[in-house]
Amino acid sequence: MTKEERLKKRHQAEKRFRFYGLTSIFVALLFVVILVQNIFSKGSSAFKKTVITTEIFFDQELLEIQNGASEEDIMEADFYDLMIENLIKAYPAKDRDEEDELLRLFSGDAEIEIKKAFLKDNNLIGKTITLDLTASDDIDQLHKGNYPRDLPEERRRISDFQLVIYDYFVENKKISKNFNNYFFNNGDSRDPELAGIGGALVGSFYSILICLLLAFPVAVLASIYLEEFAPKNKITDFIEININNLAAVPSIVYGLLALQILLATIQLPRSTPLVAGITLALMTLPRIIIPCRASLKAVPPSIREGALAVGASKFQSVFHHVVPLALPGTLSGTIIGLAQALGETAPLILIGMVAFVVDIPSSPVDPSSSLPVQVYLWSESAERGFVEKTSATIMMLLTFLIVMNFVAVYLRQKFEKRWN
Amino acid sequence: MNIVLIFLISIFSISLFFYGKSKTKTISIKDNIKLNALPKFYGYYLVLWCSIPALVFLLVWSLFEPTIIKSIIIETAANQGAVFNDKNEANLVYEKIKAIHLGTYFGDIDSILKESALAYAKFINLFTNSKVVLIFGIIIASVVYSLKKIRNNNKARDDVEVILKGLLFVSSLIAILTTLGIIFSLLFESIKFFSVINIFDYLFGTNWSPQRAFVRDASSITAAEYEELKDAFGFIPLIAGTSFIAFIAMLVAVPVGLFSGIYMAEYASTKVRRVSKPIIEILAGIPTVVYGFFAALTVGPFFRQVGENLGLTVSSESALAAGLIMGIMIIPYVSSLSDDVINSVPQSLRDGSYAVGATKSETIKQVVIPAALPGIIGSVLLAVSRAIGETMIVVMAAGLAANLTINPLESTTTITTQIVMILVGDQEFDSPKTQSAFALGLTLFIATLVLNYIAQRAVKKYREKYD
Repeated sequence: MTKEERLKKRHQAEKRFRFYGLTSIFVALLFVVILVQNIFSKGSSAFKKTVITTEIFFDQELLEIQNGASEEDIMEADFYDLMIENLIKAYPAKDRDEEDELLRLFSGDAEIEIKKAFLKDNNLIGKTITLDLTASDDIDQLHKGNYPRDLPEERRRISDFQLVIYDYFVENKKISKNFNNYFFNNGDSRDPELAGIGGALVGSFYSILICLLLAFPVAVLASIYLEEFAPKNKITDFIEININNLAAVPSIVYGLLALQILLATIQLPRSTPLVAGITLALMTLPRIIIPCRASLKAVPPSIREGALAVGASKFQSVFHHVVPLALPGTLSGTIIGLAQALGETAPLILIGMVAFVVDIPSSPVDPSSSLPVQVYLWSESAERGFVEKTSATIMMLLTFLIVMNFVAVYLRQKFEKRWN
Repeated sequence: MNIVLIFLISIFSISLFFYGKSKTKTISIKDNIKLNALPKFYGYYLVLWCSIPALVFLLVWSLFEPTIIKSIIIETAANQGAVFNDKNEANLVYEKIKAIHLGTYFGDIDSILKESALAYAKFINLFTNSKVVLIFGIIIASVVYSLKKIRNNNKARDDVEVILKGLLFVSSLIAILTTLGIIFSLLFESIKFFSVINIFDYLFGTNWSPQRAFVRDASSITAAEYEELKDAFGFIPLIAGTSFIAFIAMLVAVPVGLFSGIYMAEYASTKVRRVSKPIIEILAGIPTVVYGFFAALTVGPFFRQVGENLGLTVSSESALAAGLIMGIMIIPYVSSLSDDVINSVPQSLRDGSYAVGATKSETIKQVVIPAALPGIIGSVLLAVSRAIGETMIVVMAAGLAANLTINPLESTTTITTQIVMILVGDQEFDSPKTQSAFALGLTLFIATLVLNYIAQRAVKKYREKYD
């Protein structure tokens, strides 16, 4: 092999090597794009729900209440029969089966929606109004194009009769998509069209709030001690080793800790944001201490010496000068730690947050779910409608994480002092 | 009640702050002495003395009260003739008594339960009253003590700083407490587990099926039952499955992560680096449940479909799908760390290599990487420990049944998956099945601890070499 050939070969190897590097970065970036695109394409339709415009005639004989009836009477009145009568009048059904199929076009809450309309204006007896009733999950998915209609009838969840009525809806523009208020307001439900992340949002909020209240002060105080006051001795070394190890302990181990200590020994209530918050705080603590210490370390010694030189005590030099200067870094580290805690699932599953909770928690000691656990729960459900709900929940979760990370970066860039 | 107490304590502390501040001022004017600290420090001094002892007492009391009341109530119920066969039954009765007291129990109430509920009410009352009395006693004692100190014109600033320093030290001890908590809670149940199942049968058994552990009372099992039991708790399939999935993940993460790290450290312009590094790190910030969802609903079925077209049987919970997605999650751990490590290789090594005519890639392959190797191995080990402790991806995308297999298209299970499966839903404490989850947790904890220790040592050694 001549010199030239060898050189050419070496240069080709150089190019190949560079290409591998570039490809790897490209692969990683491509995956981010695929993941986000996949989630968004599946989830974006969940923010709209399908509604069917229906005319409802409030028949006094069926309802057995008067105009201006009290709230109690209205709550007790039977709106179910009223709904059936109205539907059959509009869409004649041959027999009992078709009647059932007709009803199954609407969500399980259709009766309550009619009742609510009446509650708002209790002078409707004898009048006819048009209402947008939420459609059932099957119709919702069909209308959003997620459900194939060219299968044979026995393999479809929607019958031929229902399809005929659906086509009639479409032709007469009686079916449309509205903003999905249920998705944000409701708790969990077995029916995909009624299930929402309201409960999970509140649960996550309480958990993260408790996590913040516990982890932030302790982490800041501990890092101040370790950076500024701790003598160089065995105890300090031991604390440091502990913190570094805790940061690398798998999160599920914290779940076992919470199960044994918080639930079995101290007997805190299961499935509650209180326990979740404490567990997450223990888990996040070392992850906040590490950036807090880094930002304290970044404050130059001249600041401390200047304060000491004019007669401040050690405490005053630290709390009046060093800590305020380190605050932006401390806060951004805390926010990033909280963002991790917000997406954490495994320990919350172990403390029982997988329970099926319909009510929206009103305090941190009520059973509740949280956003990532809701994702896990819904992803296990078989119904087609939960896939879009899960993806939409992930979209909400990712949005929160992105916002938190941006705030962290902004705080650091805007307020942190550069010392060199 | 606790909230009212905390509120009272804070109101009391705040008023003491102002009292202390003005009191010392008047003392200094009246007696015409120079104070040893600024007046506000006397206020702080009082606040700390008033609040800390009372709050610590309240915390400790609240931690122990439920356990003590529970044991008292169970004992009184037993004295009245209630029979408990095991701990679970006693717990159930206790919950019933509590529910009767709160008025939320709608079942049949017999005389024993009724008596116990009354006793429960009595004890709750007694405990609450004594708590309040004791807390006020503590507050009064500590306030009297600190007021006396203030009158004697103590060096309040120094005293306040000593107390605060103690507070800082206690906060940093929480890390140790957490570690102790983890070790104790894992050991406690694991020891119970290993007293039933021989530790060697656990470590070297080749069959894992804890649902077969029907025995509830672990203290009285016969030899034949033990044979059956020991066969249900074999650790080998789990560690095999865990390592297998982690290995697949590493097959993805190490080449991609390492090459991206090298490219970013050696080739990329600052502009490319500034954009691509944070985007790759997004991969580490995405919650793992999202990866799990993606793996279970998109990647798994996709592989299955591809396999079907090729005439292969692919499980939709294949180890391949879980491992691949886990690998992608781990890419940034490998790439960021190896990027850092490569950056800290001294420039002089590279310059020397260029001087003898090596190309850039030859320099990287033959000089930079060997120099950075301990650090790179450390970062890979950290990634491995991340992979074996990862839970949600495998819970959602890997299988539940323990298979000893090396076919990546079949489903396997992992340690973390089994922990979740055992502990989700109703659990009976004191059954070997529940305890086995803690034994698995202990094994996992030790494994990750060892890996992290070696990795941190490697990275540290390497750093010291070039600092």
